[in-house]
Order: sequence, then structure tokens, then C-alpha cells
Amino acid sequence: MNNENIIEVENLVKKFGDFTANDNLCFEVRKSEIFGFLGANGAGKTTAIKILCGLLFPTSGKVMVAGYDVYKERNKIRKNIGYMSQGFSLYEDLTVKENIEFYAGIYGLKRTEIKTRFDDLVSKLGIEELKDKFVSDLPLGWKQKIAFSVAIFHKPQIVFLDEPTSGVDPITRRQFWDLIYEAVESGITVFVTTHYLDEAEYCDRVCIMAEGRIDAIGSPDELKSKYKSENMDEVFVKIARGTNKMNNK
Amino acid sequence: MAEIEIYNLCKNYGDVKALDNLCLSVEKNGFYGLIGPDGAGKTSLMRIITSLILPDSGEISVGGLDPVKDYKKLRLKLGYMPGKFSLYPDLSVEENLRFFAGVFGTTINENYHLIKSIYSQIEPFKNRRAGKLSGGMKQKLALCCALIHKPEILILDEPTTGVDAVSRREFWDMLNEIRSYGITILVSTPYMEEAVLCDTVSLLFKGKVVESGTPKEITSRYSSTIYSVKTDNIPLALKVLRNIPGLMSVNSFGQNIHLVFKDENHSEQEITNFLTANNILDAELSRIKAGIEDSFIDYILKENKN
Repeated sequence: MNNENIIEVENLVKKFGDFTANDNLCFEVRKSEIFGFLGANGAGKTTAIKILCGLLFPTSGKVMVAGYDVYKERNKIRKNIGYMSQGFSLYEDLTVKENIEFYAGIYGLKRTEIKTRFDDLVSKLGIEELKDKFVSDLPLGWKQKIAFSVAIFHKPQIVFLDEPTSGVDPITRRQFWDLIYEAVESGITVFVTTHYLDEAEYCDRVCIMAEGRIDAIGSPDELKSKYKSENMDEVFVKIARGTNKMNNK
Repeated sequence: MAEIEIYNLCKNYGDVKALDNLCLSVEKNGFYGLIGPDGAGKTSLMRIITSLILPDSGEISVGGLDPVKDYKKLRLKLGYMPGKFSLYPDLSVEENLRFFAGVFGTTINENYHLIKSIYSQIEPFKNRRAGKLSGGMKQKLALCCALIHKPEILILDEPTTGVDAVSRREFWDMLNEIRSYGITILVSTPYMEEAVLCDTVSLLFKGKVVESGTPKEITSRYSSTIYSVKTDNIPLALKVLRNIPGLMSVNSFGQNIHLVFKDENHSEQEITNFLTANNILDAELSRIKAGIEDSFIDYILKENKN
């Protein structure tokens, strides 16, 4: 495995019965980059993420994450990654503090370590008043920010974020991206999916999936010039509409 | 009288004021958008309008009816698409639609013309269970189920959240078509580029309407100068610009950064100098007109300060 790459995927195929969710994917993710993973609903993004996180086995292909093989070394992968799933990943009937203690405990962090990191987090996010509230009582924006902080609490090499800003308002969305930038600065690689195409502009590289395949990959600038588009929104529409046309034939 | 008329509506959950003397009026056959941060009260408002929860106080009339007293009559006139996918996941596409038609004492055939252009897109999957549909298809089915009894008023709570950009455009095309049948539409959305497609937009904050008007009226009320900064290194430029003297707000907008000062005594030269001094040499500057997202951010920041 190349040292520069934290994820390497070669000819990844995932089938569910007759349905091919991931059709021969090949890509790599470089260390400390923000990698945007885009695509229409049902294009196969969540399936690919679950495979990368060691939650699903591939049907075939080679997949290495943080230097480990997804077939044989799933437990090692899990220790080295963070995952914020689509839908919500905190326990609603635990407090913020309890959630963090629970996750940190699972990752084997020591009590003193948990306390220090938790105090840092509380002051960084300014959540002194929220920390003893039940998660169910928090607004969505706070839940998402805290879920992200939980996903990187054990300082993973890479964090997977599946639509973290879905339904989040314009101000909170930007605060969320500040957290992403901060994580990248501390050396964490970020793998993120989103339907907000302004956010695609903030990624170092972007990959666009359609119907189980990767249709385009590159930096936002490369893709904009390749597809002769002003912004990522146009790139996305051109790619997605292109495959729609093929379907209608 | 307007189709939806609301005056001084209040709703509390314990100590939390979800709606605080909210006033709102939606014209018949209007296309009305609600925006606002999480917890602003959008969903509570929609649930009161649809007679699913009771207000604490205030006046409300929907389609000429009182959602508290006349809820049975009102529900026949209303189509409602909740924010959370609420169809039966273990019924097929067609079974869900037939069920909703049946509950309202109608049939799929009777009102098929209303849903034809939408349903034809999911019809190839009519035997698939609703729970197995992709996000975009679920939304289309939910819209069909909300329309099958030919409602006069359609209430949609963030119908495109989590839906990809292309399916979202198609969804809004469908809403325009639905409106052409004379249906009144009230819709909430976290996507500002969708809000501008409505004829009237209200910004909700802490249970109140803090701004309202056509998208053009809202953005034309925005008075500060916005400087747009284009650079390859957005994260660095954001960090740097947060320290520029006299700053009101700095926010990323895709490949640009929008910069607003507290007063108008600033110039492009000053910004360029500041960026250069901080080693950002590729910045291109321009003055731009406010979009609705600029207005949204401006209002929330000001309200938060008050």
C-alpha cells in the first residue's frame, strides 16, 4: 500500500441478489484530504461506506483502509476509523456526556483521558449548558456537531461522514464545516457525502457515483473544467442527467 | 379571506416556546415557503395547521375551517407530507397508494390525473416495498399519497431533505405542476436555492416570523455591501478574514467567500491588502447582490445578538 493513500479500492463489487450496488469501483483516498463522495440517491454511496467501515463484506475486489484489509482485519479497521452514519448515531435517552463516555469507553480510552478530552471538547464547542442534557432535547444542528465530535473522539486516522449536514440550516452547516477543517488540520482524513453541492467545493477531491459506478473523480477545479461548468452543481446535474438519458433509451 | 390565516399563535412545550405569537397568511393557490434554523417552530406550525397538535392560544383558520373544532372536515381538504418518511415500509408502492386513496374514500383512478406525471416515474417499481425505495423515490411516493384525495391545500415539511440535487429539481417542477391545479402549497426547506422558487417566503426564528415577502423583496431589503472573495484556499481565507478589522460576518458560499462589514467605510483595496499581508495572493474580489442565503444568515446573526 502506498504511504500517501489511506484508502485503496480496486475493482470493488457488491451485489445484493441480482442487484449490483457497487459495480467495479476503483479509487484511492489520500492522507489528510477531504474526500467528497457524491451521487444521486440509490447510487451506492452508503453501501460503499459500509464496506470501507468493515460493516459489510464486498462480493469481490480489494479494499484496504488505514493499511488493513477489509476481509481479514475488520477489527483493526474499526479502531482506526470514525463513522457518523446517516440518520442519527447518538443515544437519544443518554445525556451528551454519557454518550461520549460510552463511545470513548468502547474504544478503550482511559478514564483520565476521557475526562481531559471531554473538558477540551466542552470548552471548544461551548456546550457547558448542554453537556448534561438528554440528546433528544437538542436541536438537530447540535446533535450533528456532537455526533461528529464523538466520531473523532478516539482520534481516528480517518472519519466517514454520511450526509452529516442533511436538513441542517445554513449557519449550522458552516459551523459543521469549520469542525471538518479543524479535524483535517489535526491530521484526520475526512470522507464525506453530501447533497449540498456548495459543500462539494470545499473538498480537496470529489468522486461522483451513478448507478453503482464512479462516473467522475478529481478536484472540484478539474471536474469543473472537464465538464465545462461554472460550479459543482452544474457538474453534478450534467453527470446525473447523462445517466438518466441512458436509462430512458 | 386567505386560505391559511394565523394570528398570534402560541405553542409551548413545557418551558420551551415553540411558537411565540406567530402571524402568517397564505393566499389561496399561493406557493409559500418556510425557512428557519432547527427549532424555529416550522414543524410545530405545520402540525397545528394540519390539526395534529393543538395550539395553546391564538387564532387560526385553514381553508375557512378551525383546525381544532373542524378537524374532521379539514383533514379531507389537506394533503400532508411529514418530514419523516411515514408510509408503510412493508407495503408495496401500489398498496400504499391504494391504502391512502381508500382511507379518503376515493380510488387511484379517480384522481390519477393529479399524480400521473409523478407516479409514472415510480410505476415501474409499483410492486417494490416502500421501505426498499431510494430516497428520491420515497419522496415521490409520499407526494403521490398526499395528493391522491385531491386536497385543496398541500403541506410539505422539508420534502427534499436528504434528496440529491437532480431529484430535488424534479420534485420542485412537480410542485409547480400541482399548483397549476389550483392547490395551495405551504412548504419548508433547508435549501435556500429552493426557497427562492416560492412566491412568498417567511423566515421563522424562535417561534416568530422575523422576515417575510417575495424572495426579491427579502433580498432587496438587505442593505450592507457584500464582498465576494474567490480563492483556492477557502479554509485558510476564512480563518484569516475572521480577524479583519470591522468584520460583521464572513461565510463560505461554495467557491466564494462572502464578507460583510459592520459599516460601509471599507474598500476592496483594504481587503486585498489584508489578504496579501496574510499570504493569500490569489484572491479575486467583487461586490455582489445579496442572495436569500445572505439575508437568512444576516437575520439570524442579528437576532442572536439581540
